[in-house]
Amino acid sequence: MDNSYLIKTDELVKIFPMGETSIIALNHVNLMFKKAEFAGLVGPSGSGKTTLLNIIGSLDSPTEGSTTVMGQKIEDLSHKQGAELRNQHIGFIFQTFNLLPVYTVFENVEFPLLLLGLSPQERQDKVMKALEWVQLADRVKSKPAQLSGGESQRVAIARAVVKEPKIILADEPTANLDAENSHNILQTMEKINNELETTFIFATHDEKVIQYLRRKITLIDGKVAKDEVYDNPTGRGEEQ
Amino acid sequence: MIKFIIKGILRDRSRSLIPILVVIFGVFLTVLFYCYMKGAVNGFIDTGAKFDSGHVKIMSRAYDENSDQIPNDLAYIGAEQLISELKQEFPGFVWTKRIRFGGLLDVPDEAGETRAQGPVAGMALDLFTEDSLEWELLGIEDSIVRGKAPESPGEILISDEFADSLEIALGETATLISATMYGSMAAANFTVVGTVHFGISALDRGAMVADVKDIQMALDMEDAAGEILGFFENFVYREEEAGLAALKFNAKYEGDDDEFVPVMKSLHQQGGMVEMLDMINMYMPVMVTVFVIIMSIVLWNAGLIGSLRRYGEIGVRLAMGESKGHLYRSMIAESLILGCIGTVLGTAFALVIAFWLQEKGFNISQLMQSATLLINDVIRAKITPFAFVIGFIPGLLANVLGSSIAGIGIYRRKTAQLMKELEV
Repeated sequence: MDNSYLIKTDELVKIFPMGETSIIALNHVNLMFKKAEFAGLVGPSGSGKTTLLNIIGSLDSPTEGSTTVMGQKIEDLSHKQGAELRNQHIGFIFQTFNLLPVYTVFENVEFPLLLLGLSPQERQDKVMKALEWVQLADRVKSKPAQLSGGESQRVAIARAVVKEPKIILADEPTANLDAENSHNILQTMEKINNELETTFIFATHDEKVIQYLRRKITLIDGKVAKDEVYDNPTGRGEEQ
Repeated sequence: MIKFIIKGILRDRSRSLIPILVVIFGVFLTVLFYCYMKGAVNGFIDTGAKFDSGHVKIMSRAYDENSDQIPNDLAYIGAEQLISELKQEFPGFVWTKRIRFGGLLDVPDEAGETRAQGPVAGMALDLFTEDSLEWELLGIEDSIVRGKAPESPGEILISDEFADSLEIALGETATLISATMYGSMAAANFTVVGTVHFGISALDRGAMVADVKDIQMALDMEDAAGEILGFFENFVYREEEAGLAALKFNAKYEGDDDEFVPVMKSLHQQGGMVEMLDMINMYMPVMVTVFVIIMSIVLWNAGLIGSLRRYGEIGVRLAMGESKGHLYRSMIAESLILGCIGTVLGTAFALVIAFWLQEKGFNISQLMQSATLLINDVIRAKITPFAFVIGFIPGLLANVLGSSIAGIGIYRRKTAQLMKELEV
């Protein structure tokens, strides 16, 4: 494997059995992502975007082919090793935020650090730093129910970023947000991408997100139809 | 992480309150039922031992075979000699001789004609020997309702209810009409000096308490006794030791066909007690086991519902890198915490009620009006050291078992499926 790449899929196939038939979600996908990319998987529903994110995030395993993340082959990982990979290197951002409702903003962001076994002082410092990135340092004691949609998603970003992972996977992160909040969120993520060199991979069909992407991978029926890189995110670049 | 779990439990009432209430309720019932059963069984054994069976009982073989008829014609002769031998051979026991008898108690008027009479169930006890244990054993002085305890030969106590029905006054003479050991008619006069209420319906209908020497004389039973009862010195029944004592005693008379040789029987071996005690011994663990299973099913369902409700949380935690094993263990830890809280509260509530029942008891005399068993009219609970811990069996075991079964869903469901279900 080329070490300059964080993620590499090699002839990746994912088939979901559906009774007597089966659905091919990913069909011989070959992709590579390197450090600090700001990339998006774009395509209609059922094109395989979320399936690809799940496999990269070691939440699912391929039917055929291979996926290597941070030098580890996903298909060879046990549940525990998969959990360790996510714990140390991967952050997730969901469409529906999925904050833990009974915990405060601080505790929600702190949770991944508890799994890493950091000391209370380290956790305190990192959580406050992450909340400052998303400009929510003044809402540490709030509960998710007291936050707006935009604030909730910013907490989710802080939670994903707090352990400073190499990769953040975001599945339709702006689907439940209005335009203004979407732009705020995307700008925050872009800033983190620039400052921490975190690789962001989105699964989206939201034009607002697509405007920010520096790489757009179009999936259709589980195949890579287009893989475009933009020097200027609002413009269009050359095809790879 | 434990702190994190506890915070979640404290803040999410649906996650804590319902399981804790279920555990409290289940543990409460288990502990209370255990204490009440323990009290009832102990009371039954205790009363039966004191008034009837002793911890061991010695009778002639023929008397034993017909003991339900109280056959004093088959009583053991040579009771004093036997007791002195028993004292040497079984120093861990204290011994007393008794005669149970039936007959008519006749109350004459001034002219000597019958004014009132009624059937009597008599107990002849050693009342006047210096070291007699009967007073303490049967709580005679505490049971006196009117009058005084017998102080000299010829004085008797009769049950208060019986005295009312005979309309007999204290100090009046009553005649016992019965049969001698040799089958002829017996009549002897006694002075009623007091009335008693033992709180045992079977006795309180028509009891007569007399000194054993008076009855020996009245029924022509010199140096004879229907029954010789032995009690462990601390009055705590020990089944195994009693059985061994009986075995040792009876071995001496093995092969002797004489129907008047003495036989010893432990409390456990007397009149259906074996079956009853075996049933009681079996019943308690079965009850606890059945309860654990039922509560496990309830908590399993509660756990499943909780897990379904917490699908989002479980999915997020897995996505953040928590392993399935860690998540599973944290759910078990959570159930242990909830189980402990519920068990402690459930046990505390149950012990408060059990203490009240131990002090006040539950009066079942209305149900015992035609009873022939020697059971106290007031059934009391008994708090034993085991009562403090028995609740932990269903409280913790069922809760952890329920959560364990519910948590298996985490393993059975693929992580990606959990994540997909998050996107609602």
